[in-house]
Amino acid sequence: MKPALAFLALLVLSFIPIRAIHAAAWTEPLTQIKMVGPEGAGNVEAAEAWSALTSQGAEIIVPVLAAMETAGPLARNWMRSAIETVFEREHATSAELPTSDIKAFLIERDNEPDARRLAFDLYLKLAPEDAAVLIPTFVDDPSPPLRREAIAQLISQGQALLDEGKTEESAALLRDALDAAREVDQIKEVAELLREKLEQPVDLPRQFGFLMYWHLIAPFDNTGREGFDTVYSPEEAIQLNASYPGKDGKQVSWETYSTSDEYGMVDFNPSYSPLKEVVGYAYTEFNSAAEQNVQLRLGCKNAWKIWLNGELLFGRDEYHRGIRIDQYQLPALLKEGKNTLLVKACQDAQTQDWTVEWQFQLRVCDSSGTAILSTDRKPTPEAAAPARRKGSE
Amino acid sequence: MKVFSLILTSLLLTLSAQADWLNFRGPSASGYDATATDLPTELNENTLAWKVPLPGRGLGSAVVIGDKLFVSAASGPEQKQLHVLCFNAVDGSPVWERRFWATGRTMSHNKTCVAAPTPASDGERIYALYSSNDLVCLDLDGNLIWMRGLTLDYPNASNSLGMSSSPIVAGDTLVAQIENDSESFAAGFDLITGTNKWKIDRPKAANWCSPTVLTIGGDEVVALQSSKGVLGVVPATGSALFEYTDGASTIPSSTPAGDTLYIPSNGLTSITVKPDGSEPIKHWTESAQRPGTASPLVLGDKVYTISSAGVLNCANRETGERLWRIRLEPGEGSDSETPVGAFSGSPVAGGGNHIYVFSESGVGLIVDVSGEEGEVVSFIELGETILATPSLTRGALYIRSDRHLWRFGK
Repeated sequence: MKPALAFLALLVLSFIPIRAIHAAAWTEPLTQIKMVGPEGAGNVEAAEAWSALTSQGAEIIVPVLAAMETAGPLARNWMRSAIETVFEREHATSAELPTSDIKAFLIERDNEPDARRLAFDLYLKLAPEDAAVLIPTFVDDPSPPLRREAIAQLISQGQALLDEGKTEESAALLRDALDAAREVDQIKEVAELLREKLEQPVDLPRQFGFLMYWHLIAPFDNTGREGFDTVYSPEEAIQLNASYPGKDGKQVSWETYSTSDEYGMVDFNPSYSPLKEVVGYAYTEFNSAAEQNVQLRLGCKNAWKIWLNGELLFGRDEYHRGIRIDQYQLPALLKEGKNTLLVKACQDAQTQDWTVEWQFQLRVCDSSGTAILSTDRKPTPEAAAPARRKGSE
Repeated sequence: MKVFSLILTSLLLTLSAQADWLNFRGPSASGYDATATDLPTELNENTLAWKVPLPGRGLGSAVVIGDKLFVSAASGPEQKQLHVLCFNAVDGSPVWERRFWATGRTMSHNKTCVAAPTPASDGERIYALYSSNDLVCLDLDGNLIWMRGLTLDYPNASNSLGMSSSPIVAGDTLVAQIENDSESFAAGFDLITGTNKWKIDRPKAANWCSPTVLTIGGDEVVALQSSKGVLGVVPATGSALFEYTDGASTIPSSTPAGDTLYIPSNGLTSITVKPDGSEPIKHWTESAQRPGTASPLVLGDKVYTISSAGVLNCANRETGERLWRIRLEPGEGSDSETPVGAFSGSPVAGGGNHIYVFSESGVGLIVDVSGEEGEVVSFIELGETILATPSLTRGALYIRSDRHLWRFGK
């Protein structure tokens, strides 16, 4: 190369930001990893990209964390393992790590929640004392795993105050913890302390956003489990004043129903007595303040289907394998104003004592678990009141 | 000194020649490895080589390849953190760890956990399957080769009680049973790319059994057990070779011995599979040999089962006739106060006459079966819940509890 050309090349290169030159080293692998798709598509290319990423140094850590924002769940796992592989190798060799950049990524709340949690784990290894200082700031964090850390601290502090006999301070702290908590086990833990140790009222159904008021209709036939795929009249149109032929030809009609269960359990058995090989439907309406993405979180040990505004969201034909709050988390788009929800719950023929339940629980929340309440939500039925049947409409 | 060196060299050569323990219940998922010799004959402080902590629960056994040991675990409030860990098998030191976020459902019964299946290996790669239906392939150095989120692909493939079937490598295919009440299937995965080589519908019923491998006419056939019976498939294609339709358990798995399969069916049933795919020959069915949770073990000319009451039954392998039975409990003179209790882990054996098994209460036992009747010759209380099956190779026994990984032996 002629000296003048070489000088010109150097001059041009000197105006390109160093970051941009480095970016090329991870941009292509990240693009490749993001392309992993269903049934193993893109795995071979992703493995090459993973190898290319992990052969680089600690400078990839923050860009890869940032790339998680637009990656799917599988691609995020590829990225996570690349970050941790590089981090552990570089950390073990005492290489210079981008500590301040990792912290900056961590505290930026718009970044992807799981990526921020990973950044916290890394930062905890690099600057444990400062990381511990950050924990209380996560109390209202949009990242559930980070918020969990702060809530755990609050619960621990509230318990300590309680142990010292400082009930007022403890109650205030635990009330803050309850307001901020989003994960089921932590909400339960705080509620128990407030109620049992401090005699404080807690409206758990509202805290979770459980739907407590419904219309029920049952029983339809589920002999041989065929009712799961049988389209009964409520699936075709909701007419709350109509009646239909149910199981064995008996006319069935909609009935109003409310539950006072702490965890919003909608139970068909008290209204219809324990039955086997039957289908029941539950209908309710939810007024949304705006069009918004939500999660419908369902717990059910019967086979079930759920429709939002007449569209089937999901269904599952599993019977009596267990139930828990938030067992199924279904993304959904609410429209502004009235939304309709229809749940189908099927009971099978099993006769063991652990197969009696014919019930479900449903709540509306955002992706972090924060309850989203209907604009016309009614007061929670009093806990002392049993689930009741008000008769036909 | 020369004699000592010769003995040491000979021992090392013997140990290095032993097979790796590549999956649940070792070779062919049988629980038996004739090449595993010089195993400990006692479980005590003197034979405990090392004990290391684990970051989460798991029911899966250790996979041992050369001097590396691999185990999976799950941690976190909802078991959403999945771990694959590699240790130095000789001294227990950590080699590497990879972590992943579960992409499928992590709900399970409290007794089990998300890391219930044992990983499988072809000797070059580790294939770790979790109850969340996440399937991860890593090479032995921890490099990520491929990942599948089977619940992302097949959204209703899950069991709210948890899944536990352990995959196995047969030929150049990884075979896994993802069987449940809803979207139930078995599949063969390409070892290098993780894509489906085949996928077949399976009975819509919860199933916790693991596939096993029969050798029929020199070819490997994978036996898929379910409540309906056993379907034998060619691992490369998933095409059916034989079918046994008289029902089977959904918890203890079948045990292969060459072309013969011992199926937990109506008690215990022995069949031999013919290479032409015609109906298997049924030798016997013995209700008295009904296994509890643990899978049967074939050793020499005998077949062993552990009942749900913790009784070890020994039967003639050819006839099914019971030869003896003993309660699995400490021998005379023991001052143990820990009830042995039930067994979830399966019994395993090496080239000697000893059976190794651990109970749920964390009691490890060695049973000498060389005499006319079995005898518990060693007994140890590890003080932690153990639902896993031991792994045997190179003079050592590996067992994982809820919190630790242990090595006994040389």
